[in-house]
Amino acid sequence: MAVVHPAPRSALLEEALGFGGPIIVFDHVQLAFDDKIILRDVSFTLKTGHTKIFLGASGAGKSTILRLILGLLKPDGGQIFVNGERVDDMSEDNLMAVRGDLGMVFQEGALFDSLSVRENVGYKLDEELNWVRSDADARVQEVLGFVGLGEFIDRRPSELSGGQRRRVAIARAMAAKPRILLYDEPTTGLDPITAVTVDEEIIKLRDLEGVSSILVTHQLRDAFFVAEHTAVRQGQDIEFPKASPEKCQEAEFIMLRDGLIAFEGNAGELRNAAQTDAYIEAFLS
Amino acid sequence: MGGGLVEWLKAALLEVQEYVGMLSLTARGIVSRPFYYRDVVQQFDAIGVGSLTVVLLTGLFTGMVLALQSGTTLDAFGARSMVGRLVSASIVKELGPVLTGLMVAGRVGSGIAAELGSMMVTDQIAALRALGTDPIRKLVVPRVLAGLVMVPVLTVIASAVGIVGGWIVTVFVLRVASSVYWNSVVEGLYIQDVWMGLIKPFFLGFAIVSIGCHVGLRTTGGTQGVGRATTNAVVASSVAVIAVDYFVTQLLIVLIY
Repeated sequence: MAVVHPAPRSALLEEALGFGGPIIVFDHVQLAFDDKIILRDVSFTLKTGHTKIFLGASGAGKSTILRLILGLLKPDGGQIFVNGERVDDMSEDNLMAVRGDLGMVFQEGALFDSLSVRENVGYKLDEELNWVRSDADARVQEVLGFVGLGEFIDRRPSELSGGQRRRVAIARAMAAKPRILLYDEPTTGLDPITAVTVDEEIIKLRDLEGVSSILVTHQLRDAFFVAEHTAVRQGQDIEFPKASPEKCQEAEFIMLRDGLIAFEGNAGELRNAAQTDAYIEAFLS
Repeated sequence: MGGGLVEWLKAALLEVQEYVGMLSLTARGIVSRPFYYRDVVQQFDAIGVGSLTVVLLTGLFTGMVLALQSGTTLDAFGARSMVGRLVSASIVKELGPVLTGLMVAGRVGSGIAAELGSMMVTDQIAALRALGTDPIRKLVVPRVLAGLVMVPVLTVIASAVGIVGGWIVTVFVLRVASSVYWNSVVEGLYIQDVWMGLIKPFFLGFAIVSIGCHVGLRTTGGTQGVGRATTNAVVASSVAVIAVDYFVTQLLIVLIY
């Protein structure tokens, strides 16, 4: 079961999944653990280069959605497509190829304790893709530079702060240049200043690298920051101005409640919905 | 009451099913690619070299106490010179494999369950899968191979040191001539005994490590769960050592004696 990097897409699929194409599709997905229904009927589409932000109370099934996309869990019903491939009934061996185009940032980072930052970030390049050592080193330096942690390369995860661990996790997820990144509560438990640095990494990957992203969070401030800012290169520096109204359309919020999608729309529509929906209002306040 | 029993049986069957499933994936992982050589070498070192001290000490003192006890008993029959026979037969056939197994269960079984259990509850196993690595190939296969190879090696070392321990007590405490002891050791051993001492540890090593991996990979419930998994792994693998020892002994008696 050699791990395969995703095969080059055909011209037709490349066009279909180009910017604005449906890179992740959930169609009537259902999931229950024993008697507890997690997802009753969930359908949505993530378009290439766009962002979906999942909000909802704890246990609403937000993180479950990310695990379903990765194939770490199988749904009880419905279909899931990632990169044009149906993954809900795919074998573990075939899923490895699909995962080649996915990066996941787990809650708390899930860095490997026994490995250094360099080994964590370069894990996939060294172990699965068998990159030449010098190429892998260069890529690790590049992504650690991207998240601003170049000098921490020889540290162990236990020697890093919470925010640094999340940023290393982002670096690890992006090292193999996936086209889709999944973030599971990347800013939970971080102070507001550190959280903004993590938000900025998410925006940079989306706007400068063209990565499609799904962000699961219950930190509203971070969710709105990611949805309403953009990354722009100014010479050597990168700035994060307010996004234009058109750009804001590319980030959509989905609120999960009782296993169903209670709201789907952009930041402005979410604020408007709070005027009429007591649950959303309670959530946003 | 009846419902509880049914639930318990269902849970036990599920556990067995999961264990057998893991074993079949492990077998497939051993014979197909990708194969993580570096992890295999690391585990040979961790399980084999790392357990050497404890196994050496256990073997030595077991041989010594065995000589001491049997010497006093044999004195009653005026047969002190037969100490070597008793020491070699009991150590090579039974005590060497079982005590090495129990020591490795305590040291390695618990370590594996704690390590894999912690990786499970901190999402590191999920992260491995997300990065395209099969945790069975990366974590279980190297450990199982190390258990299969290193427990027999450790057993041979423990048995050898045990016989030397017996010699020390026989010569310096029981005051029996060295040549008498060694002659008696050789007389007491048949080739079937040596085979038994060599074959049993393969089964014991496999049982200890596979149980540790299975329990570790089924860990849930945070740090408390890791503690529970560690205890369960030691208890289950220690009991497995004794039980597997009995059944393999029974089988070998039928096959080679």
